[in-house]
Order: sequence, then C-alpha cells, then structure tokens
Amino acid sequence: MIDVNSVSFRYLKDWVLQDISFQVGKGEFIGVIGPNGSGKSTLLKILYRLLSPQKGEVRFEFVPLKKMSRKDIAKKIAVVAQETYPLFPFRVMEIVLMGRSPYLGHLMFESERDLEIAKKAMEWTEILPISERPIDELSGGERKRVFIARALAQEPEVILLDEPTANLDIHHQIEFLDLILSLNRERGLTIIMASHDLNLASEFCDRLILLQKGEVYQIGTPEEVITRENIESVYGCGVWVDQNPVSGMPRISLLKKEVH
Amino acid sequence: MIIGHCPLHNELSMKIITRKKVVTISISLGILLILVILLSITLGSVRLRPFRSISILIQSLLGLKGAGTETEKTIILSLRFPRALLAGLVGAGLSVSGAIFQTLLRNPLADPYILGVSSGAAVGAIVAILMGLSTLSFGLPLASFVGALLAISVVFYFGRQEGKIHPNTLLLAGVIVGSFLSALIMFFISISQREELHTIIFWLMGDFSFSNYRAILIISPYIFIGFLFLYLQARSLNLMLTGEESALQLGVNVERLKLLSYLCASFITAASVSVCGLVGFVGLIVPHSVRLVFGPDHRLLIPSSALVGASFLIASDTLGRTLLAPVELPVGVITASFGGPFFIYLLRTRKVVKTL
Repeated sequence: MIDVNSVSFRYLKDWVLQDISFQVGKGEFIGVIGPNGSGKSTLLKILYRLLSPQKGEVRFEFVPLKKMSRKDIAKKIAVVAQETYPLFPFRVMEIVLMGRSPYLGHLMFESERDLEIAKKAMEWTEILPISERPIDELSGGERKRVFIARALAQEPEVILLDEPTANLDIHHQIEFLDLILSLNRERGLTIIMASHDLNLASEFCDRLILLQKGEVYQIGTPEEVITRENIESVYGCGVWVDQNPVSGMPRISLLKKEVH
Repeated sequence: MIIGHCPLHNELSMKIITRKKVVTISISLGILLILVILLSITLGSVRLRPFRSISILIQSLLGLKGAGTETEKTIILSLRFPRALLAGLVGAGLSVSGAIFQTLLRNPLADPYILGVSSGAAVGAIVAILMGLSTLSFGLPLASFVGALLAISVVFYFGRQEGKIHPNTLLLAGVIVGSFLSALIMFFISISQREELHTIIFWLMGDFSFSNYRAILIISPYIFIGFLFLYLQARSLNLMLTGEESALQLGVNVERLKLLSYLCASFITAASVSVCGLVGFVGLIVPHSVRLVFGPDHRLLIPSSALVGASFLIASDTLGRTLLAPVELPVGVITASFGGPFFIYLLRTRKVVKTL
C-alpha cells in the first residue's frame, strides 16, 4: 500500500534520513522506533508530504505522493501529531467536522452526511457526550480522542501517529492504543506509529522499524527487532529483554549503570 | 456501526455553523447596520427631524423629487450619507482585516496596523500634506495608498524565508518597518508648520470630515474583492487556527493561503486608511467581540465582523461629530476610548483566548 523507496532527506546540510526503504501492507500496524534524533518524526512527515525527500520517492498505492494533490492525500492519510492548540477555542464537534474538509468545496457547508460521519467518529472514540465542550477545557486523554475522531472523519485508509502516548498516564496510554488497535483490527485501517515507548510498541505493533541516525537498523516483528543486542547498540544504554508474562511479547527493563 | 436518525443528530446540526445560520445572522446585522446609517443621517450639529430626513434620503435614492429644502438635501445627501457609507466601508474593512491578521499571525493582539501598513500610509499622507497636495481631493488618499503599498512590499520582502511566509518573521519585519516609518513620521511632524500639524494630527487619529462619493467608489473594489477572496478561504482559515501542519494535513495549500490572506488583508487596510487616516482599535475589538458571541468560525466571523465593524464605526463617527457639536472630534478618539477599556476587559477575563 505504501512503498518507501530509497528515501533520503536533509533540512539544510546534514542528511536526517538516508536511503530508507520499506513497504507497508494494507491493514498493518507498524511501529517506528529509535532514539531522539533518529528521524522518526521526519519520516512520518515525509509520509504525508509535509516534507519532500531530496532523493527517492514515496508511493501510495503505486502513485507517487508528489503527484497527488493535498486534498487527495488528506482523503487517504490522516495524521494525529503532537498536541496542537487552536488559537481560539473551537468546540469538539467543530474540530471533528474539520476532518471533512478534504471532501468539501470552497463555500460548501457540511451536509447531513458529513454530520453523520463526524457523529459516528465521535461515537467510536466515545466523545459524543463532550461534543459541545471547547477543546481547551479537555484533559490530555480527551483531546487525543478528539483528534483521532477528526482523523476518522477524514475516512482515511492510513492513520499516522506521532508519539501518541507522550504526556498520557498509563491508563490513558493503554486505553488510547486499544482504541487504535480496534480501528486497525475491526475497520482494517493501516496504522503507522512513531513511539518512544518500546514496550507499548512491542505489545501493539505487527512490525517495527528501528531507526538509527537516519538509517534503517532493522525491520521485523517485535520478537526480531526488540532484542538486547539491538536496543543496546542503537540506544547505547543497558537494558534487559525478556517476555511479557501475559502476552509473551518482548519486554524491556531498563538497567542502572552499576547493575549493567 | 449503524445509527438511525436519532434526536441527537438533529441537535448536532442545530449547533454547528450552517448556511442558514450565516444568512440569518447576516441579515439581522444588516438590518442593524441600516438602522445605524439612518440614525446617523438624522443626528449632527444641525438637527433634522428623523422621519423627514429618512424620507428625503429614500426619495432621493429612488430618484424622486420630493420633500426637503435644498439645505436639508445638501446636509443629508452630500455630507452625512456619504460620510456614513465611507465610515461603514472602512469599519467593515478594518474589522475583517484585523480578524485575518489575528489568524495569519497566530496572534490575538494583531490588528490591521501591526505590519506597518498604517505607518507607510501615514508617511505617504504626511508627505502629501507637507507638499500641499492635501487640498486636492485625490492627492492625499493616493499618496497614502502608495505609502501603504511600499510598506506592504518591503515587509513582504523581508518577512519571507526561502519563499515561505513565516508568521513570526513577518511579524518582526512588520514591527521593524513600522518603527522605522514611525521615526520618519516624527521627523516630518517636527519640521512641519502649525496649520499642517493640525491636518496631520487629525489624519493620524482618523477623520471622516472629507468624505465624498468618489472616495467610496475608489476604495469599494479593493474592499469587496478582498472580502470575496477571503470568504472563499473561510474554512481553510478555520483549519489554520488549529496550526499550519494541521491545516496541511487536511488538504489546505498553506503557503498559498498565507500569501492570499496577507495580500487581501493588507490591501483592504491600505484602501481603508487612505481615505480617512488611522482609525485605531476597530480592527482589534470588533473581531474579538464577534468571536465572543458567534465563535471563531470564519464562515460566520467574516460577514458578521464586516457588518458589526461598519455599524460600530458609523456610530463612533456620529458620536464624534455630535458629542461636542459644532466641534468635531476625530473618530479615532472615540474608538480608542471604547477600545482601551474593552482591551483591559479582555485581559482581565481571558474569555476570548487563553494565550493572552
């Protein structure tokens, strides 16, 4: 579905991403992991053409991303990025309805159908009861769900998530990722998530892409990627990897220097 | 998940911005505007009976030769009515461009003058006054319009990086160009004679006493075409309020939108100030007040700011010429004396924006 072909990117001088290649199949749940500055966010930005790579290209269903219009991209790929506050307080349903924009012409107002879609999105994310609250009065967890609802209102095939669980407590982290997993499993949405939380990535993702200094270190299932050797070599800190006793997925424990 | 048409659905459609809502509110505010215009033609240093003056106006507009003495007709048709129309146009223009600058620069304190358009216009106007061009009815507006265009171009040139508009760079460029031009204004004021000084100061505070139909005809195209372009972008501007990246993710061509809104808002401002000088505070308080009542959606904000701004400035100007009649106060004195307290109210309540 998404075909990233030897993509390299630099902002000014130094290459931030070098020769990145991978494919994402329909309905996959992909995690992008790697240390700070390894290029996770940059990679995500290239996937929805906020940035265009200097070398290589990204294809979406065999069409080069740079040949698609902004609106066409927005109909296929939705993004939930790190917190954005509107300058003036829109209400929840107004934010969710903004997800319909790629489908509306200049002077068009939302139709009954748009309302129906937005409402379903709010129902799925369980924010219908707060649909009239101003966005700036919500808690972090609620706000995340509002932006997921907006992404769903875009009726996309892919959702990109940039550090979705940062700033959330463990309850909201797991609740949020369960919601994302249900979208993935029940609605067949393809998910690509950049994350710092290796344990959550290991638990939820089908495949992981481990980046180091802008290059792909390894791509594979969590069992293949999350190993003590890989993590110590890429992150440069002592870890212990065993299995989550309930799910059996790889689990990372951090080690103090003296123990290590 | 299958959902039928439950009552809640209708509730939702009641609470969002619909075309019907925009039309209804606009018509109501339009009626308010007409009432304000009618009130303004009956008030002034010469008192006219309200119904008589309204009938004189309506009959003349319809091309009928009806009631009214020549004096009454002159007062209404050549003085008060064009003055009200011009104040209305300028009020609408400044309010809409204020709202757009707040969105474009992501700054609730932005107003139409923040990027130096006003200082450019002022330098142009003062040069015209010092050269004695102010006696020609088109000399002063033309010079200030040219001054404003120069300021717009210079700010635009310095406010971009790699062909892109960065709100903060643009803001810095605007503020710096504005300060430099203010220095020029101070210089010109310091070398001017007493009679010129009076004209300059009235211009700097905003003054509608030279209103005529030609000024209205000249600035209308800029203002109406600007409104049209901006209104076509209304939903995209909503998305811009949630952040540039967020707007781009939803399919907005962000760079084109920023360019278009900068140019439209600047031209509207330039056209407005060129005919009446620097009327302050309108572009700040009107959009904020409208947001308080109707919310931040540009599809409603743009038309209602225009109509409320027009009514507000006509009312302020009418107050300015009646308060100490026969002495006329510059309209800027009235708007600023409303604007100051209102601004403190905003800061105290923080109802409008959390970032203030």
